[in-house]
Amino acid sequence: MHPAPSVIFFSTFSGLGFGLLIFLGLGMPATTGFNAFIFLAIAYLLAVGGLISSTFHLGHPERALKAFSQWRTSWLSREAWCAVAALVLMAVYGAGLVFFEQRWTPLGVLGALASLGTVFTTSMIYGQLKTVPRWNSPLTPANFISLCIAGGALLAGQIVPAVALLALAGAIQIATWLRGDSAFANSGTTMQTATGLGHIGSVRAFEPPHTGTNYLLREFVHEVRRKHAHKLRIIAIMLMAVLPVVLLLLPFNHVLALFAVLAHVGGVLTARWLFFAQAEHVVGLYYGKR
Amino acid sequence: MTMLPAKTEKKLGLVIDLDTCVGCHACVISCKGWNTENYGAPLSDQDPYGADPSGTFLNRVHSYEVQPPMLGRAAAPDAQLIHFPKSCLHCEDAPCVTVCPTGASYKRVEDGIVLVNEADCIGCGLCAWACPYGAREMDAAAGVMKKCTLCVDRIYNENLPEIDREPACVRTCPSSARHFGDFADPDSNVSQLVAERGGMDLMPEQGTKPVNKYLPPRPKDQLARREEEIDGLAPFLAPVASEAKGFLSWLNKTLEKL
Repeated sequence: MHPAPSVIFFSTFSGLGFGLLIFLGLGMPATTGFNAFIFLAIAYLLAVGGLISSTFHLGHPERALKAFSQWRTSWLSREAWCAVAALVLMAVYGAGLVFFEQRWTPLGVLGALASLGTVFTTSMIYGQLKTVPRWNSPLTPANFISLCIAGGALLAGQIVPAVALLALAGAIQIATWLRGDSAFANSGTTMQTATGLGHIGSVRAFEPPHTGTNYLLREFVHEVRRKHAHKLRIIAIMLMAVLPVVLLLLPFNHVLALFAVLAHVGGVLTARWLFFAQAEHVVGLYYGKR
Repeated sequence: MTMLPAKTEKKLGLVIDLDTCVGCHACVISCKGWNTENYGAPLSDQDPYGADPSGTFLNRVHSYEVQPPMLGRAAAPDAQLIHFPKSCLHCEDAPCVTVCPTGASYKRVEDGIVLVNEADCIGCGLCAWACPYGAREMDAAAGVMKKCTLCVDRIYNENLPEIDREPACVRTCPSSARHFGDFADPDSNVSQLVAERGGMDLMPEQGTKPVNKYLPPRPKDQLARREEEIDGLAPFLAPVASEAKGFLSWLNKTLEKL
């Protein structure tokens, strides 16, 4: 799949932002006043910044409000509802923290649930697609949610939970890669089933339908140079999980914590780029490209 | 609405005959023409006469080479070249419809045609991601998703002569490789073709239940592999006399002596 920067930035930063909102909603850390304002501002910048970035890949962003209408079937529509619910609930809860020094716990828990729901619905946009066997697995939501919570714990300064959650997220990331590498071959979709010609013999794409490129090839068959994929995976896992865990286990210091956050963000961005760049869509079979 | 209808009154769709398609791409051109000049945003081209041309098409013709396996120790049979037109299959369980966040994509209850309401489309592209067949293409100029409408503006169009009330690709096909009809009616032309010729689904394992069916190509003759004479008329054309007689025989011998 084409690794569109807008979607990579959206899913990484809004995942982190909603992760931080989850911890703030649960009262971790239990701050109020100006301190709470700083935490909330960081979370909203990340979450809303990510959401705005995601509209850049729309053909008609001015019609985006219509996306709230089809929550019965569409994970993208459900994501829109969850995101708005989370941002509104947490804004009211945050106003209590910042202006009234009050913790309205039920509101915070609801906001945390809606934040978690937003990341889950985002992940299901990809996880539901049978056309991309690498994504079509419960590991996709597990991957997105574990990274969101680990990143949230890190940003919220919850050292002990963050160490455990980062290690868990790293393990789920590795499991996602290992399963994903054989997912296409295990999906049962081949050139034979795509063309229905397998009963005659082995099928080879002889001539494409067009001499130039097209939307399908750019979007789905887009062949990114993947020769460094293995190295990028090692870099991603080191940055997203190993390095932050090591930094957090050292005696606490705000500079080290900042490096842990930066490393984690860099690692998740790398992993998210690979998530798209390595995903194979079955339509490539019609072009003999799988 | 992106909820799929439990059942549609008709199941309009195409039968595509891989045995008779000659790969002329006339259906591609007539589709592009009709759907650019009529309903909805035109099918745009980008840099059409330049170095990197591309454009939106709702119907494309692939060509595949199929190599039958060797049987025993005989030489491998001849490979078959199969031209393969592909457009929206108007699936019963259309995954492109249910993923749409705005309701722009829908499947009609009355005839099962899958359509896009372009005024509601935000151009997110998720429907094209959900389609295993590559039947949907985002138009780069209009920013909305384009797909085969089964020429909904032809098949019910009373301003057209009756003979033209079928999809442009079907109307134009010079080898009658494309057939249009109602699959819900077991006596329709398309249902009978599917029954007689073993019409098949593309990617059945994806669970989309496509309405459009493909007729498999018949096995190819293996003329080059056969040693004995296979032409029925050939025995009658064999020379009846191998040796000349009479005047011609004398002429032949005389000329050879010279």
